[in-house]
Amino acid sequence: MLENEANPTFSKSTGLPRKRFYRARAHSNPLSDSHFPIPISPQNVDYSVHYPQFFPSSERSDSSKKIQFADIGCGFGGLLISLSTLFPQTLMIGMELRDKVTEYVKERILALRVSNPGQYQNVSVVRTNSMKYIPNYFEKGQLSKMFFLFPDPHFKEKNHRRRVISPHLLDEYAYVVEVGGIIYTITDVEELGDWMKACLENHPMFEALTNEELEADPVVKLLSSATEEGQKVARNGGQTFQAVFRRIAPSL
Amino acid sequence: MEDASMEYGESNKDNEVAPALIAVHPTQESVAVAVGSELRVFDLRQGGAISLEDDSSSGSLHKDSIRAIRYGANGKLLVSAGDDKLVKIWSTESWRCITTVCSEKRVTAVAISHNGLYVCFADKFGVVWIVNLDMPDGQAAVNKKAAPLLSHYCSIITSLEFSPDGKFLVSADRDFKIRVTVFPKKPLDGAHEIQSFCLGHTEFVSCLSFVCSQEYPHGFLVSGSGDSTVRLWDISSGHLLDTCEVGEKAGLLVSNGREAECYSAVTDLCTNPDGSLVAVAVQRQVPDYVLQGIILLKCDHSGRTLSCAKVVSIGGGTFIPTSLRICSSTRLLWMVTGVSNLRVSEQPSSARVRVISGLTKSNDQHEPFVLEDNEVPAGAKLLEKLQGSLSYSEEVFLAAAEAVKTAMSNLLIKKQYSADKREFRKRTRNDKKIKQ
Repeated sequence: MLENEANPTFSKSTGLPRKRFYRARAHSNPLSDSHFPIPISPQNVDYSVHYPQFFPSSERSDSSKKIQFADIGCGFGGLLISLSTLFPQTLMIGMELRDKVTEYVKERILALRVSNPGQYQNVSVVRTNSMKYIPNYFEKGQLSKMFFLFPDPHFKEKNHRRRVISPHLLDEYAYVVEVGGIIYTITDVEELGDWMKACLENHPMFEALTNEELEADPVVKLLSSATEEGQKVARNGGQTFQAVFRRIAPSL
Repeated sequence: MEDASMEYGESNKDNEVAPALIAVHPTQESVAVAVGSELRVFDLRQGGAISLEDDSSSGSLHKDSIRAIRYGANGKLLVSAGDDKLVKIWSTESWRCITTVCSEKRVTAVAISHNGLYVCFADKFGVVWIVNLDMPDGQAAVNKKAAPLLSHYCSIITSLEFSPDGKFLVSADRDFKIRVTVFPKKPLDGAHEIQSFCLGHTEFVSCLSFVCSQEYPHGFLVSGSGDSTVRLWDISSGHLLDTCEVGEKAGLLVSNGREAECYSAVTDLCTNPDGSLVAVAVQRQVPDYVLQGIILLKCDHSGRTLSCAKVVSIGGGTFIPTSLRICSSTRLLWMVTGVSNLRVSEQPSSARVRVISGLTKSNDQHEPFVLEDNEVPAGAKLLEKLQGSLSYSEEVFLAAAEAVKTAMSNLLIKKQYSADKREFRKRTRNDKKIKQ
């Protein structure tokens, strides 16, 4: 990455990509037909592309390490970067629908890997529509944490089905999250906060974490502090609404 | 290069044709054929055509193309549904419409639970709905409301099937996915527990069926797809057990190898009662060649394999079946071809019904053979009712096959646009302007 010194899209002082060259619209329609490649099944996800230090070749056995954290709609990747050093041995992936933003995160991770040898090898990003293709990436019970931070609020009632937390999509999230795994959601829109909480409360396979558990979880603090969106809300003195739920076995 | 024809197919609503469908009563007491909005039923016990009675609507029973018909496992119910967003549940005793359920969207698939208590239907937005038929003290609510059961995120659901033990509901969509959902004790509250996803198809999944035998009562799932394969699955794990390339088999009949890049979409499949055979209907995507007949696959349960057994060719003109059903008691394979709204035809909705006999054990000596029209149960009387007429012209069915093929690919295959084409479409989208 030394040639980046001449590349204006990278900052000279930090070596990181500069965000203004990766501006994208704030919204993307999750219902439109996607034209990017999607792995046929979780076995076809090429880990060597994402985590070259952990997987030198694309050969992978059933017993090898699997992705455990997924940041759905990772945006510019602030949370992933913070989590990477907090859980250095856990593989995590960001999923983002907007092409340019994904490119930014990709460059950001590569630059961080160069400037901090040995670190940030466990994070990666993929451009995909997670509302449609979650089962193509993860097996049953593979994930231990899923993040939905500051998702698109989709205020209009006719667009509610575009919301990333919805009763039917929670079935799919419950499928990929192991029993005991945790779903983190946060938003600065009160209406959406209520909606996400209601969806999770009404789902038979999720239960809310207690206040003590929330206190003890180091990740909860990152929800509002680590992401770009969260920092913006804090800057403007806004309120945030979070809902953190644990996946439980369904009662028979 | 292909854009021009695709654009045409998109803008031209007339191109949205519906293939003819067939359903056979489990003990072959009756046979139903749907062509366009017409539902035709022939009673084989009485040996006469049935006129359906529906109090809730006047005139035609369905107002738009029927997309799914199915008998319940016990034969007491027949369900029909389609583009008019109505799900009609018929009693096969009285041939009256017991219940009409209104759907918000067009209906693409239906299934009836084995105990006959629930009817599930799937719409074009990927939501599966459920209706409880268990009516307290015989109070038949004419307009029942359906409850949402599960959802494939905005992907057209192409097929719905209950597992042989009734524990799972399997749904397939145009996004290559097959989802196996635990059918809950209280289904009206929704089905939240997903057992598995069967992933491996590389094109839309068009049809599902189960093969089961005495040794394997839970059975295996077979699925047909636009990627010209039929696949065998273990639904409890979602594991792919075997893949059978039917496109190759269909291609073997043409000696030249120039259609190497062409593929054949599997349109329908069905299995025989002992689970040893799978009958597959294929729409070949080559203009000058069509497979005239069906492919029989042999299913080896202990080895978990699927292999091409033979091609049963149907002589006497062009016959590319659009729908197949095997009667579980008589083991006759019923096939239909035809299409709605075909402009070339004088009679708007003609169909052709053919029957194959001799589908017993795959290792049997005698070959399966196509029955002549006078050998079909109830003969000409049945054909007249189900086909619409006894006469038919071959060109119509060739055109029908072509229309079904285009309609199917328009509906289920994702359109690919070049970068600037995509930009142009974005600029000219008019979905915002429609509102006033």
